Amino acid sequence: MAKAAVKRVALLLATLLLVTLLAYAAFSVIPGDPTHTILGLDATEEQIAALRKELGLDLPVWQRYVNWLTDFLHGDLGKSYKFNMPVADLLAPRVQATLTLTAVSFALIVVISIPLGIVAARFRGGFVDRAITVLTQVTMSIPNFIMGIGVMFLFALVLHIFQPTYVSPEAGLAAHLWFMFFPALAVALPKSAMAVRLLRGAILGELDKDYVRTAYSKGNATGAVLRRHVLRNAMIPVVTFLAMTIADIVAASIVVEQVFTIPGLGQMLITCIGKRDYAVVQAIVVILAVVVVGCNFLADALYRVMDPRIDGR
Amino acid sequence: MAQFAKKALLLLVVFALLLTSLCACAGGTAESTSEPTAAQSGELPKTDPPTQEPAEHGNSVTVGIAQDLDSLDPHDSGVSAGTSEVLFNIFEGLVKASPDGGVTPAVASDYEVSPDGLTYTFTLREGVTFHNGAQVTIEDVLYSLKRCAGSENEGTPMIPAFSIVGDISADEEGHAVITLSEPNLEFIYSVVEAAVIPADSGDTIATSPVGTGPFKFVSYTPQDSLVVEKYDSYWGAPAYLDGVTFRVFTGESNTSAMVIALQSGALDLVIHMPSTFKSQVEDDFTVLEDTMKLVQALYINNAVKPFDDVRVRQAMYYAIDVPELIQFVCDGAGVATGTSMYPAQKRYFMPELAEAYPHDVEKARELLAEAGYPDGFEMTITAPNNYEQHIQAAEVIAEQLKAVGITARVETIEWGAWVSDVYQGRDFETSVCAISASDMSAREMLVRYASDNGKNFINFSDAEYDDVVGRAQTTLDESEQMELYKRAEEILSEQAASLWLEDLCELVVMDPKLDGFNFYCTYVLDMSTIHYK
Repeated sequence: MAKAAVKRVALLLATLLLVTLLAYAAFSVIPGDPTHTILGLDATEEQIAALRKELGLDLPVWQRYVNWLTDFLHGDLGKSYKFNMPVADLLAPRVQATLTLTAVSFALIVVISIPLGIVAARFRGGFVDRAITVLTQVTMSIPNFIMGIGVMFLFALVLHIFQPTYVSPEAGLAAHLWFMFFPALAVALPKSAMAVRLLRGAILGELDKDYVRTAYSKGNATGAVLRRHVLRNAMIPVVTFLAMTIADIVAASIVVEQVFTIPGLGQMLITCIGKRDYAVVQAIVVILAVVVVGCNFLADALYRVMDPRIDGR
Repeated sequence: MAQFAKKALLLLVVFALLLTSLCACAGGTAESTSEPTAAQSGELPKTDPPTQEPAEHGNSVTVGIAQDLDSLDPHDSGVSAGTSEVLFNIFEGLVKASPDGGVTPAVASDYEVSPDGLTYTFTLREGVTFHNGAQVTIEDVLYSLKRCAGSENEGTPMIPAFSIVGDISADEEGHAVITLSEPNLEFIYSVVEAAVIPADSGDTIATSPVGTGPFKFVSYTPQDSLVVEKYDSYWGAPAYLDGVTFRVFTGESNTSAMVIALQSGALDLVIHMPSTFKSQVEDDFTVLEDTMKLVQALYINNAVKPFDDVRVRQAMYYAIDVPELIQFVCDGAGVATGTSMYPAQKRYFMPELAEAYPHDVEKARELLAEAGYPDGFEMTITAPNNYEQHIQAAEVIAEQLKAVGITARVETIEWGAWVSDVYQGRDFETSVCAISASDMSAREMLVRYASDNGKNFINFSDAEYDDVVGRAQTTLDESEQMELYKRAEEILSEQAASLWLEDLCELVVMDPKLDGFNFYCTYVLDMSTIHYK
């Protein structure tokens, strides 16, 4: 087990190294230069040369990468060209905003999908099941982007229960979470629809198995069979799906942040790519890579724990 | 089996707890990191401004702005028009922009230009104070001017127009004197950009801006908001509002988000709203129409075949149906221009040039045949992908050019790439974009097309044009200068150096309870005149 963990961590570090290297390389290939965005369209040659020297852009790409990596390993994320402040200070509130959105979205997915999935399977073929099927089919096919506008329209303009301007945690945690609930809904609905269908399918798949017939023959009622026998097996793929989904949720959050103008990582990433603010982009790339690799790792670990037939090498 | 179910459930719970605690942790750190700045990031005093009698309304306004601020340093030349129009409320120069496009004295009470156009002398106004309470002194003024001219920082002027400044000094009566190295009658427009800031504050001005304007800085949160409050000791007419919050809406659907925020009451005023949103807001809000004060054009690289032939460029001008284009791009509300000046630049705008190339497919085909392209040719229109209206215009133009046999392919590229490839690299065939002026001088919009000018990204080259703008820049006779600049506009039109199309329409949308919005000819959002009815 310890050996496996070491192997995992090594893999994580290698992935991060590769991802940051690729991000750096990509920036050196695409056209554009931060000096243009700092100095404006009509800067003079001397202004540009002076600034490039000041920012260290006159060095070759590999050397800049090595410098960045050295600083990074010493805990120095560098300074944003565009916002003129340390990257760590700049990103701290944004990481919080995006992770809160992710967490609330995840909680919503769990709360929505598990009961609905069970109900749909329990009343298979009935009216409720068909209604849920249609509903999930529709919800699944709506992009987060449109869902965001829809949620905003419904809750802000029709029901008047929230205002679509960002509420930071400084204004109070409850107000902050209440605000986050609505963008989280836009993130969670399409994903929940997928989870519902997966859970329903998994339960129905289990229901055809021999052990279920045995359980029934012992005189169990449908509810008890579901609860005590089927669910624990059917949950395995769902839980792994949910763990893997976290990376997707972060991606969807980035889109929904745009719609709700939440100052999170997504907006920052897009702005800083546009402005060629390397230090910030690198930091966000590292954060996102950690989340994605971490979630895959978690999903894998969960799978092994839940199903001992999978060898925990 | 039961064990596994328990394990699964347990894991799920642990997992959920982990996430919650993670988010709680992050929340904690965010709060603690922002603590040192808590003093500046406080909310606006909405109901009880400390030194004033209770206002009738919650006397503050929230304004939606479509882009984040580039910098809070007023001398930063890289800032976009969207930033400088907001900073107008905090900073002032010796003179500042007036609504009619001229300049009006601000920190200076008066100024004088020597007849040879070389020396500008400014008399400081009595009793002007900075937001920190300090009196504005001649040292502050000299420091600010020198910072713009680059004499304070290794010789590179922060404001490019200040590169012609020879000397900045104070005379015996305490006047600020700027001496130019070449005569220039229009330099006063550049003085507008030279905001007066406290001496030696250059290193801190971007993080804690201190100016002399009607509003003072309270807090700025990147990509979220800028908060300002009324400056009580302002030397001029005081602002009506106690405070203004500028809220940043960026991203894909920012206009829709702004409309919803307006309708839900979270915003009171939105400027630069595309005219296509008019029907959604006109029932519940005060809607004022304005032009965008720029010229949308199909810029043509004059150095590239087949566009090096004037007949080809003219043929393209004839092939484009400008009224139809305006109909598509902004519901017919734009203004055709035909020149690189926009209508608000009243002194120079020549409406007759908009009629120079009426839509005429026959004539276009003839010109193309003469130039040796009877069957047309293939070309590429590059458009920056962050401006929907430019992409739409490019598509309409491509469609219209088909009628004369020209096959145009629209290629959208990211803004950073547009700047380096098209604007600086001049590696393009044609491109739809718009150039706005930072001041009201004709220089900005015309001198750039002189053949040796660094900003001449369309590679226009015409001996007469070079001569005309050259003389216009050095003449000391204002009416002669006006004639020369107008001649320059005519040459651009005759040569079809590029196809200047329209000044786009945009809307100012505000709460019907608000009044006092003032239009300016340049990019200015003057919050000091806005008040509740």
